[in-house]
Amino acid sequence: MSTVAQQDKTRSPMSERLDLIISPIFAAALALLGLAVWLYSDVDQTTLNILEPVKIQRQIGETLILGLSSSLLVILIAVPIGILVTRKGLPRLKNFLVNTLGLAQSLPAYGLIVIFFSFMGSGILTVIFALATFSLLPVLRNTIVGLEQVDRSVIDAGRGMGFTPRQILFKIELPLSVEVIVSGIRTAIVINVGMSALAFLVGGGGLGETINSGLKLDRGPAILIGAVMVAILALLFDFLSALAQKYLKPKGL
Amino acid sequence: MSDVLIRLENVSKSYGAGAEPAVRKLTLEVVKGEVLVLVGPSGCGKSTTLRLINRLIEPTSGRMFIDGEDVTEANPSELRRKIGYVIQQVGLFPHRTIAENIATVPQLLGWSKDKINARIDELLELVSMDPDTYRDRYPKELSGGQAQRIGVARALAADPDILLMDEPFGAIDPITRDRLQNEFLRLQQELKKTIVFVTHDIDEAIKMGNRIAILREGSEIAQLDTPEAILAHPADEFVESFLGSGAILKGLTLKKVSDIELHQVPTLTSPVMREEALKTLQDSPDQVALLLDGNDRPLRWIDERALNRTSQPIEKSGRPVTVDLQPEDTLQDALTVMLQSSVGMACVTDRKGKYLGCTTIESLAKLIMSDG
Repeated sequence: MSTVAQQDKTRSPMSERLDLIISPIFAAALALLGLAVWLYSDVDQTTLNILEPVKIQRQIGETLILGLSSSLLVILIAVPIGILVTRKGLPRLKNFLVNTLGLAQSLPAYGLIVIFFSFMGSGILTVIFALATFSLLPVLRNTIVGLEQVDRSVIDAGRGMGFTPRQILFKIELPLSVEVIVSGIRTAIVINVGMSALAFLVGGGGLGETINSGLKLDRGPAILIGAVMVAILALLFDFLSALAQKYLKPKGL
Repeated sequence: MSDVLIRLENVSKSYGAGAEPAVRKLTLEVVKGEVLVLVGPSGCGKSTTLRLINRLIEPTSGRMFIDGEDVTEANPSELRRKIGYVIQQVGLFPHRTIAENIATVPQLLGWSKDKINARIDELLELVSMDPDTYRDRYPKELSGGQAQRIGVARALAADPDILLMDEPFGAIDPITRDRLQNEFLRLQQELKKTIVFVTHDIDEAIKMGNRIAILREGSEIAQLDTPEAILAHPADEFVESFLGSGAILKGLTLKKVSDIELHQVPTLTSPVMREEALKTLQDSPDQVALLLDGNDRPLRWIDERALNRTSQPIEKSGRPVTVDLQPEDTLQDALTVMLQSSVGMACVTDRKGKYLGCTTIESLAKLIMSDG
C-alpha cells in the first residue's frame, strides 16, 4: 500500500515537470531556427515587405483571437454537453454525439472551413465556427471520459450523505475530472492555434497570410518564419494549458 | 412497540415489469438503539433494502416511516443528511483532507466553523486516530483500515440517530476487520445508535447484531430474531444451511469468558524454591502449576517433568504463558487460546494482568451442554 503511494508520488511530479519543460524547449529551438534563417539567408526587399513588423503584429493578434475565441466556444459548447450526456438516461445521445463529431474531425480542416464559408461567407466568424467544430471532439470526449472515470463509490457516498445532484457535480465530479477535461481543452487549443494558419483562405487573417505570401512570391525564409511563429504560438498555449492543468488539479489526487 | 425508529411497510422494488422484484413486499421494523443485521446470500436484495431506507433507491410501492413520520415522499437529500451512511468501498473524497471529509454533513447542515472543527477532533479521537497527525492528510495516505475509521467518523459527524452500514468491514483484511468490529461494538455501547448493518458473513452478523434478519431471494425474511435464538432454533432448512455447520462453535462468539466458571490451578509466586514447587506440583490434581510474578501476573506453566529435566531456575523452566484472556473476551477466543496452549487451559486476568483463574475445555463443554 505505502510503496504504491510512494511510487505515485515520485513518478507523477516527474512526468508533470517533463510536461512543462517540453513545449518551452521546442519553442526555443524553433525560435533559434527562425533567427538563424533570418540572419544567414539572403533576405531581399520582398521578404522584408512580407515580414513587415506592423503586418506580423496584426497577424499574431488575429491568430490569438482566432485560436482563443474558437477554443472558448468549444469549451462553452462541449463541456456542458459532456456533462449533460453523462447524466442518467442519456447513453444513446452520448454515443451518437461522439460518433458524429468523430466524423467531423475526420474531415480535413480545410474542407470544414470551405463548408462553413459556403453558408456563412468570408470573415473571422466563419473561421472561428469551423475551428470550433473541428476541435469539439477532444474536449467533449475528455469531458465524458473524465466524468465517467470518477470512482462510483465516491459519488455513492456523496449521495448517501445528502449531496444534491448539483453538489455532486460541482463538488465531486468536476474537481475529480478537471485534469482530464483540461487535457482535452489543451489539445483543442493547440489544434485551433495551429489550424488558424488556414484562416486567410476565407479572409480570416492570421499568420497564414505570411506563409501564403511566401509561397506565392517564392520566398523560403518568409514561409519558414511564418510557420515557426505559428508553431511557437501553439507551443506557448500548450505550455499555458499544462500550467492550468497543474494548478487546477485538486491536491490529494 | 413505541420504540420502533425505522419501519418499512410492504415495500417493494422491481426493475422493469417482467423482472423478479429485488425486494418483495418487505415489512421490517428497526428498534431504537439496536443493531439489526441484514444477512443473506449475494443477490438476495439486502443492499437494495438498505438503500431503500435512505432512498438512494426509490421503492416501487410501499411506505417508509422514520420516527413515526412518513418519509416516502420526503426530500431525499435532506433525509440522507439525518442518516449516517457507511459503504464497503468507503468512498472518501480523494480531493478533500480527512478533516474536510469528516466535515461533509455538518457543512451541508450549515454548522459554524468552530463547531465543525471541534467536532472533527472529537470524532478523530473517537475512532482512535490522532487529530494532529491526520487532520490535514489526504485519503490516499491512509491504509484500508484507517480509511474505514474515517468513513465511520464521517458518517457520525452530524450525530445522526440512524446509521446504515453496507458491508463496512468487507474489504478489510481479517485481522484489522476483527479489530474494527471490536472497536465498533465498544463505540456502539457508548453511542447507542440505531444501526442497520448489511453483511453476507454470518459470523459477522452473529458478532455484530442485537437482532439478525436472515434474508432469502426477494429480500424475504426467512428468520428475524436474536443471534442466540437463531443459532438455537433455526426456522427452516434455508436458515440452517445458511448458518452452516458448527452452529455451536458460532454460538461461542456470543458468550464471554465471564460466563464460565473459572478453574483454580495451584499457583506459585516467584521467587520460589525448587522444593516448594515440587511439593505444590505433587499435590496438584492438574499436575501443573502456574508461576506468577510479584504482581500476580501469570508467567509460566510448570510441571514436574520440566522441573526435573533441567537444573535451571524455575523462572526458566516449563512453558511461557503467551496469551492472557480477559473476562470480556468471547468463549471463541478462549477456545482458540486453550487449543494452542500446552496445558489445554487458558489464563484469565483482569485489566491490570492480575491472575483470576483458568478456563478449561471441560468447563466450556459444561456450559455448552447446559444450553442444550
